[in-house]
This record gives sequence, structure tokens and C-alpha cells, in this order.
Amino acid sequence: MEAAAVDAPIAPKRWRPSIWTQVPELARRSIMRTVRQPAAIIPATVFPLILLAINSVGLKSATSLPGFPTNSYVTFALAFAFIQAGVFAVIGTGQNLAEDNQGGFFNRLQLTPVHPAALVAGQLAGTLTVGLLQAVIYISVGLLAGAHIEAGLGGVFVLVALAIAISLAFGSVGLAVGMRVDAPEKVQSMFPLLFVFLFLSSMSLPRNLIQTDWFREIATYNPVSYMVEGLRSLLITGWDPEALALGFGCALGILALGLTFASLGLKERMART
Amino acid sequence: MSSAANGIEVSGLVREFKGGIRAVDGIDLEVRPGEIYGFLGPNGAGKSTTVHMLTTLLPPTAGTARVAGHDVVKDGAAVRDAIGAALQEAALDPNLTARDHMRLQGALHGMPKADWTKRGDELIERVGLSDAADRKVSGYSGGMKRRLDLALALLHGPRVLFLDEPTTGLDIQSRTALWDEVAHLSRDEGMTVFLTTQYLEEADQLADHLGIIDHGKIVAEGTTDALKGEVGRPTVEVVPADHAERDRAVELLRPFGELVPGTPQGAAVRLEQGSEELAHIIRTFDQAGVKVANLELHEASLNDVFLTKTGRSLEGAQTETTSEGDTGEQPALEGAPA
Repeated sequence: MEAAAVDAPIAPKRWRPSIWTQVPELARRSIMRTVRQPAAIIPATVFPLILLAINSVGLKSATSLPGFPTNSYVTFALAFAFIQAGVFAVIGTGQNLAEDNQGGFFNRLQLTPVHPAALVAGQLAGTLTVGLLQAVIYISVGLLAGAHIEAGLGGVFVLVALAIAISLAFGSVGLAVGMRVDAPEKVQSMFPLLFVFLFLSSMSLPRNLIQTDWFREIATYNPVSYMVEGLRSLLITGWDPEALALGFGCALGILALGLTFASLGLKERMART
Repeated sequence: MSSAANGIEVSGLVREFKGGIRAVDGIDLEVRPGEIYGFLGPNGAGKSTTVHMLTTLLPPTAGTARVAGHDVVKDGAAVRDAIGAALQEAALDPNLTARDHMRLQGALHGMPKADWTKRGDELIERVGLSDAADRKVSGYSGGMKRRLDLALALLHGPRVLFLDEPTTGLDIQSRTALWDEVAHLSRDEGMTVFLTTQYLEEADQLADHLGIIDHGKIVAEGTTDALKGEVGRPTVEVVPADHAERDRAVELLRPFGELVPGTPQGAAVRLEQGSEELAHIIRTFDQAGVKVANLELHEASLNDVFLTKTGRSLEGAQTETTSEGDTGEQPALEGAPA
């Protein structure tokens, strides 16, 4: 077989690829991928609701403890559903990225003029979508179950915003992990560790009611406590600027750290010349 | 001859992984514009590592490579702009449809929507996926995934196409369809194709030029005919109708060349002068009154080439490598050897 003596193929028209056109397409892919996998969303959304139901019934008597901030344990426990959903965001986002690594899809993306920041932002879009969906579901179910939102309608919006910030924060941790592994199972194996990290916070009891010193100490240093308390302030206290600032601050701080490590991982992963 | 326009020039290319393992060990090759270059070798020989370096996904440890006139290290973006690649695994998102993939690929390459829509649909039709274009890829067969992978690699109009074992795991029908498409791309569209394969037949069918790689080194290079001609003349095996006359058949064949092992009932000889001697052999047996039950002419194969150059048959090399646990060549994230 002899090589054909023909001209090089004519390339179709192309613009200089822009991050502003790439992010929406990668976000679309991330969202499509998320919504087309109900098996991945449903457990992540329902499991926190089941725990909410169990805790609300089983730990109801905790409201009679002196100093407990509310007489409705559902209202108290509702905040934790958002945090648990965050843990699922770590796993979901990390697994998606690890699947891209494992299946070679990441290489496909690398062979295009994709901007690294677009890759990160696009991946987080799916996390944001699920976070929004979960926030709406948890608030609706909580209200139906008798929870009360002290901050009113405006508080609902802030609650959703904080819930999304928390999802993105945890999602960025998932991204940082997913950048460095090539198998979804490796991300999955983080689940128990994350759950312990979550429970060592003011999730089940307000910090001032935790009697064990070391537990209270850890809960005081655990940023999860402040995110829980930020959410809880809107439900129980009303408008508490300090609690909200700490809640948003911790979420955005984790997001910044997660994105930094994700970017470093991405730089290493995108070893293209 | 310069391969600047849309060819490939490689000189002393090396890729060393952790532990000093050289997956690619100083290869030189030249792919002329518009030709199909077959890169043949067993699993773990260094084929995919070479492709990863030429497609800018993996920096070389040493050596130089220019693809479509651009240095793969100094001008990676320009290389990526000029190439399309369908790597060893059909890298698709199982949750997206063929059209979703086209849309994403087109947008990332900066193609206007109207262009990627039109060209995407054309390519989907060309690879026979029109009916499945809006179905999730998770429901596709292996052949369909490979065809979509190829279509995606072509979307932005590359000048050089890299296909890394594109037909591995495909049935004969899908394999043949893909061969036709690759041949069409080279012959009718002038696309340069760098194709890695572990299938002798694929290399034989498609490649204008062939490089045989083993243990990271190119052990033979040239056109398939030249390579076959280099390693050997054809052999003829004669099975006499009366098996008792096998020794006589051996004696009758001896003047035609070097005797080689054949089937237990037959006698075989590597022809000194080439296949033109076949008629002479038939006449010799006829004149000697030895009835022939079967006579076969074996042309030298690429496996013979591989055997001559490495001392192993290609099939044997594959089994050996696979049994060592190196079943794929995709470099791991941590830079493990291919």
C-alpha cells in the first residue's frame, strides 16, 4: 500500500477556545452525568433523611436537657442532613473524577485545548446541582416533619446558600482526592474516615452540652461544628451574624483549601507537555 | 524527506519510568505525510507509551519528536491542535450520548456551534451511529464505542491521527469496518495515521510502513513487503499421497533450497529462488512418479519477521508478556512503567 499524494485535510473553522465557553459545556456534562445516575443521587439524598427520622425519634428526649437550644429535635437535627449530604458530595465528586482517570476520559479532555480551571469548575457544577436539589428536599421534608425556620423566608435562601457552599467545600475535597487516584474504590474507602470526622463535632449535641472534655475540644476545632452551627442558627436562633460568618467562613475556607489541593493535583495530573 | 506538513519525525525517543525501567528505549522513526504507519508489537512493548509521548500526554525522558511540524515538548499545544487520537480504551462518558460527546468535544476545541453540530452529525452518520446518536454510550457495544471514539478524534479536522490498538476486542465485522474507515482517511483525505496494533493481519492490511517494537526498541522498519522479503523466501511443503514416500519427497525437494521442518507427513523447503520455482517442483514430482496429496506455498509473514528479529513469535511474545501481568500499556497516574 503506498501513501496517497494528497494535501493535508482542511480543518474546520475554530475560534480560540475560551474558558467562558468551556466551563458551561463541562458543567453541562457534569450535571447530565449526575442527573442520569439516579442510583448515585438517591442514596446520597435519602440516607441523611433516614438518619434524621431515626435521630428525631430516638434522641427527642435530649431537648429536655437544660440549655438545649430548642424543644424540637427535628429542627436541631435538620442541619446535620446538609452536612451528611456534604460527605456524599466528597465521595460523589471524587468518584466521578477517579472514573474519568480510570476510563481515560481525562486523557480525552487533556487532548483538547481545555483550560485547567474550566475542568475544576465544570466538575463542581454537578456537585452544586445535587447540593441545591438536596437543600430544597431537606428544607421541604424538615418543614413537613415540624421543623421551624426561625429566620423566616429570607433565612431559607441563606440556608440554601450555606448548604450549597458546604456542598462545594466538600466537593472540592472530593476533587482534590479524585485528582490523585485512579480508582473510584479508593475514594469510597474514605467514607468511614469522613463519617468519624463528622461525628466529632457539635452535630448531635450543642458544644456547651458535650460533657466529655476531649470530645468537646475536638468539636471546638472541627470546622464541621461551625458549619452545623451556622445552619442551625438560621433554624433555631434567627439571624446570628457571628454563627453565619463562621459557617460561611469555614465552608469557604475548606473550599479554598480543596481547590488549592485540587489545582496542585490537576497540575500534576495534566502532565501534558 | 521532511515530514513537517503533517508527518511525524522521532529521534532517540526515550521514556524511563520509576525504577529505571525504559518502556521506550531510544526509538527513531519517520512517518511520511498521508501514510498509515503501523506500529506493531506485543503487549508491553512500548507502543502506547510512544503514542502518549507523541500526543503530548507524557513527556519524554530523552530524545526529540516532531508531530505535524511541531516539537512535542516545546510546542505541545500546537501538536494537540493538529492531532486527533483514539487511545487504547474508548475514553467515553457512559452517561452521555454520542451527540453530547460531539458537543463537548467541539466546544472544548473552540468550534462554533453550527460547525460542531453539522460536522458531528456527519461523522456520526459516517461511522454508522445515526440511530444510536441520542442513546447513552453505556448501552453501546465495544464496536460502537470504538467508532464513536474515532469520530470524536476526527471532529476538529486533525492532520495526524493516532489510533492506539483501535480494534482490540472487536469482532471481525467491526474490525473490518474500522479498517475501511482508516484506509479511507489516509487515501482519500490525506490524513497521516499512526496506528499501533498487536494484530499481524491489521498491520499487513493497513500499513504503508511498519515499525516493529519489542522491549522498547524498534527491531525492524520498512514496508511490509520489504520486511517480509528481508527475512525470508517462501517455503513449500509437499505431502505425498503415500506417506511411505516422505523420504523420497525430501530428496526431491532438497535441490530447491534449505530443508525446513514441516508436518510429520510432509517435506518442506525454503525456496532458494522464490515462488517461481513452484512449477519446477510440480514437474519434478510428476517426473519422479510421486503422487502429491497436498502442496502448499507459505509466503513469509510478519510473524516470521518478528520471529527473525526477536527470536520469538509475536503470539508467543504476547502470551509471555500477559502472563507476567502486564496486560495493558496505559501509564498509571504515578508514572508506573508501561
